[in-house]
Amino acid sequence: MSDGIEGRPEPDDARQQCFESRLDRALKIEPPDWMPDAYRKTLTRQISQHAHSEIVGMLPEGNWITRAPSLHRKLILLAKVQDEAGHGLYLYSAAESLGTPRDELVAALHAGKAKYSSIFNYPTLTWADVGAIGWLVDGAAIINQIPITRCSYGPYARAMVRICKEESFHQRQGFDIMWTLAHGTPPQRAMAQDALDRWWWPSVMMFGPPDAASVHNEQSLRWKIKLFTNDELRQKFIDQTVPQAERLRLTIPDPQLRWNEETQHYEIGPVDWDEFYRVVGGDGPCNRERLSARVDAWNDGAWVRDAAAEHARKRAGSEAA
Amino acid sequence: MPAEYPLRFGDNALVLAQRLCAWVGHAPVMEEDVALANVALDLFGQARLWLSYAGELEARGRDEDALTFHRDAREFCNVLLVEHENGDFADTTARSYFYDLWASLALGELTRSGDERIAAIAQKALKEVRYHLRRSQDWLIRLGDGTPESHARMQRAADGLWRFTGELFIGDRLDDEMAANGTGFAPERLRDPWLERVHEAFSAATLTVPAGTWTQRGGKQGVHTEALGYMLAEMQVLPRAMPEARW
Repeated sequence: MSDGIEGRPEPDDARQQCFESRLDRALKIEPPDWMPDAYRKTLTRQISQHAHSEIVGMLPEGNWITRAPSLHRKLILLAKVQDEAGHGLYLYSAAESLGTPRDELVAALHAGKAKYSSIFNYPTLTWADVGAIGWLVDGAAIINQIPITRCSYGPYARAMVRICKEESFHQRQGFDIMWTLAHGTPPQRAMAQDALDRWWWPSVMMFGPPDAASVHNEQSLRWKIKLFTNDELRQKFIDQTVPQAERLRLTIPDPQLRWNEETQHYEIGPVDWDEFYRVVGGDGPCNRERLSARVDAWNDGAWVRDAAAEHARKRAGSEAA
Repeated sequence: MPAEYPLRFGDNALVLAQRLCAWVGHAPVMEEDVALANVALDLFGQARLWLSYAGELEARGRDEDALTFHRDAREFCNVLLVEHENGDFADTTARSYFYDLWASLALGELTRSGDERIAAIAQKALKEVRYHLRRSQDWLIRLGDGTPESHARMQRAADGLWRFTGELFIGDRLDDEMAANGTGFAPERLRDPWLERVHEAFSAATLTVPAGTWTQRGGKQGVHTEALGYMLAEMQVLPRAMPEARW
């Protein structure tokens, strides 16, 4: 962005001015509107990352669909994972409205050039992990996403309204699984505590690096792609989740966790940001498995997509004839 | 009425749903992840209705979950076709198409059942299965009449599963009894309409209807293929490991 000499807009920057003024008046930017390249690029990155997270996020939970312990739970989990596929499709469409086709975005994911939420690089080892993901990971996702319903880009904001409604359902089903386990047999309780032990810190990290170290914060706040900082959202998550853990009578794995009467917030111990950067960088327990599952699905499905395209061509040809 | 009669329809839906749900997250296109999940959800829903009814008729205190998670392979009475492993997308399509077509005919018969509960379940399931059939037939035609590779895969898949289709049309004593008292139907009656539709669809798909006449059977009597045991081991692991737990 250039403000021109001495802060005056350059004469050919009328479009920039119009864009800025829409932001200032809290009006939405829509696909046909002019927008700065950097805004388009940042949004494409963010929305496609979000879409990738939905699609990769199907894997850790999908892992338990075939082993869900009752038909009721199986149906709910299957419907939830199906919702995630739907969210992915919805978000890829929003990203496409910025000019990049879905196949190109997916190719970037498969090439390891695009990121997705790092939380999905952790394994789901027990049934309680399905509960913990719903409760903690979807809980964190909702806190991240509710502000996006008010973000400046229309298609993204509208997609998020619908997605948040479904996510809130997902979180409740996760809490319900945890509640049942926490009130179940001793092995079930132990399973629930173990899941919380393993998912707590990765969930806290889901909001991204601390504000001081975040590269995208300031510009995104200015563009109203982001409305709160990473640390603000993280605090909200902690304040919301600690009392829920208490209701479950489970222990948050942080000996330094305490309530600060003065600030009226919970304070947590130090986050292991080395782990965060290591997993984001590719060295988490399941990074390779998650990505290769997506790449395999894509490669194994190539002949099916080719066939569908070829059949459609034949049909179009015979209709034209 | 014997619990085994609704149990057969329930096991068909349950076993096929369990197979289909394993695709979710791994389908050839994301739209298919959604569609396969949808079909699996419908079939699990149907299974719950059939199994609950079977549990009530049996009156041994077994509910849908007891019947799903605490029976061994020898006690399952689904047809062999549905337990076949997913294979590639053509195998899955052939399995679904053969089953969906049969199920749409069978459920159509059951909507006229003298047993109100059976008629009601069939009514609901039929609406869903008609849609499943549209979808699986669509894929059969697309893959058959797609590229040379998809054509070859679709033909191989149909050939491979053909020997499991005959069982759909072989009645046993229970079928005879149910047909005679107006509760059910004689499976043999469905063979011709089924074959006729298969010929139409295969012709549209530029595929050859397989010629083999040998039929592998035994599902209804609990004599399954080896594949079912592995599928059940996975599906049943948690309730079997912690029988005293509630989920």
